[in-house]
Amino acid sequence: MTDTTARAARESVPGPPAPGGAPAPRPAPLWRGATPWLFLLAPLTLLIVFTYAPIANMVAYSFTDWDGVSPELHYTGAENYAELFTRSDLFEVFWVSGYYLAASVFQIVAALYFATILSFNVRFRNFFKGVLFFPYLINGVAIGFVFLYFFQDGGTLDSVLGLLGIETDRAWLGSPTSANTSLAAVSVWRYLGLNFVLFLGAIQSIPGELHEAAELDGANRWHQFRHVIAPGIKPVLSLTVILSVSGSLSVFEIPYIMTGGATGTETFVIQTVKLAFQFNKTGLASAAAIVLLLIVLAVTWVQRRLVPDDKVDLA
Amino acid sequence: MTRRAVARTLVYLSLVAATVVVLLPLVAVLLTSLKSEREMADDSGALALPDDLLNFHNYATAFQDGHMLSAFANTALILLFAIGGTVLIGSMTAYAIDRFTFRFRKLVVALFLIAALVPGVTTQVATFQIVNSFGMFDSLWAPIALYMGTDIVSIYIFLQFVRSIPTSLDEAARLDGANAFTIYRRIILPLLKPAIATVVIVEGITTYNDFYIPFLYMPSEDLGVISTSLFRFKGPFGAHWETISAGAILVIAPTLIVFLFLQRFIYNGFTQGATK
Repeated sequence: MTDTTARAARESVPGPPAPGGAPAPRPAPLWRGATPWLFLLAPLTLLIVFTYAPIANMVAYSFTDWDGVSPELHYTGAENYAELFTRSDLFEVFWVSGYYLAASVFQIVAALYFATILSFNVRFRNFFKGVLFFPYLINGVAIGFVFLYFFQDGGTLDSVLGLLGIETDRAWLGSPTSANTSLAAVSVWRYLGLNFVLFLGAIQSIPGELHEAAELDGANRWHQFRHVIAPGIKPVLSLTVILSVSGSLSVFEIPYIMTGGATGTETFVIQTVKLAFQFNKTGLASAAAIVLLLIVLAVTWVQRRLVPDDKVDLA
Repeated sequence: MTRRAVARTLVYLSLVAATVVVLLPLVAVLLTSLKSEREMADDSGALALPDDLLNFHNYATAFQDGHMLSAFANTALILLFAIGGTVLIGSMTAYAIDRFTFRFRKLVVALFLIAALVPGVTTQVATFQIVNSFGMFDSLWAPIALYMGTDIVSIYIFLQFVRSIPTSLDEAARLDGANAFTIYRRIILPLLKPAIATVVIVEGITTYNDFYIPFLYMPSEDLGVISTSLFRFKGPFGAHWETISAGAILVIAPTLIVFLFLQRFIYNGFTQGATK
């Protein structure tokens, strides 16, 4: 049924004048050209409205002193950018990312280690795999509360240390260094699982014959890792590095939920959100967001240059 | 012991240590959620067993006073619309990009590619103004539209699957007189079932866990989703850790159940999602 109606619909489209009055064998080129755009109409509209229009607006706002509400705004040139780079308290937040960067180095090494050992034959493999991955699936607010309780005075951490005979009355979230280290540790707890599963998937997709051949050649576990596993996971590793760097620069949830950015734990994104929605400095916040966007794009670009990845090629 | 045996022992020890590190914070919260207010005042430590292992009083409090029922309902509504939309939009985009050659095709592909690199948190400053100008601020439509419109990962997943569907199927259908929409509806979409399952799982979990967008766009208390409703426990329940813990467990439990039943799909889904 649909066949006939579809054909009828197509034939009703005015085609090129067919010689001798014979029905046009193919639909008109014009109509054919429009078909993909019909499918792309909604997706492209959404993409432009919610991704590209905001970026364009943000660039425009970043050169003004707009407060986000009033109809009045003044063009201020590059003043916002100058303020961002010269006011030390605004730029300082970037140092907080250092904690998360250091943590992600640890995270990648640990994830690699666990992926490697679990790719060999280990008892309860699925259990360990599940346990390591599960935190990645947990709601961020729940994680925030779990670890607020973990770090609070007399909470989980103090109780565990007490069982081991170590008495502390340390406020884990009390000083900037301690708080940032604790929060970075929470982020390792949360995201290690994703890195781990990505590595494990990559290792397991290495053909088994390679392992067997290496074993026949008398390679030990380290040699197997160095010469069989490491080359096999290079693309995933470079992807993970990118995700970690851009992730470290745009940390938001865990510190916002746990400390609200207090005691020196404010990150760049928390600051931007506060500037925009608490202090109504839309112009300055836009400039900050543009700076972060450019850094993330630059990092990605550098990685793509260093490790050309053919998978990215969609066309 | 031989060297191999020592190495094996160390491997298992490290695995057990990691398991303890992952589970201990969660177990402590689970134990706390079962304690009474009086037990909490005794200050017996976070790891002490509760007197009554079946004391679900805190869960009732968290569920009622924490407005968790409406939170779950709101989350379910958002999930339904956002994921339905994502599946339609992602599969249509993938179909159009993979099966047609048209002018500016490369440009369209590049637009989607670059958008995937833009971290969503940064652009909210300006997205907020746009959402607000549509009058969607403080309504469920804001997160639905944003999840639907900014999810590039699902487009990648669909694209991979569409590519694996042989074009000879399209051609056969076209010879039978099917038009592009019929091919999409009758051939592509049904064959995309595995991809749809992946997208539903990955986007479902991501959406369920998202905090930033509902927090920013739906400040009204009755529009709370599970993330924001749980976040509001911070105020009224202040130091009542037994209630806060119960709330956290209420939020984690569905994720755990889904994970246990759909493990294999979840691993595959998140691997595909991240590596695109």
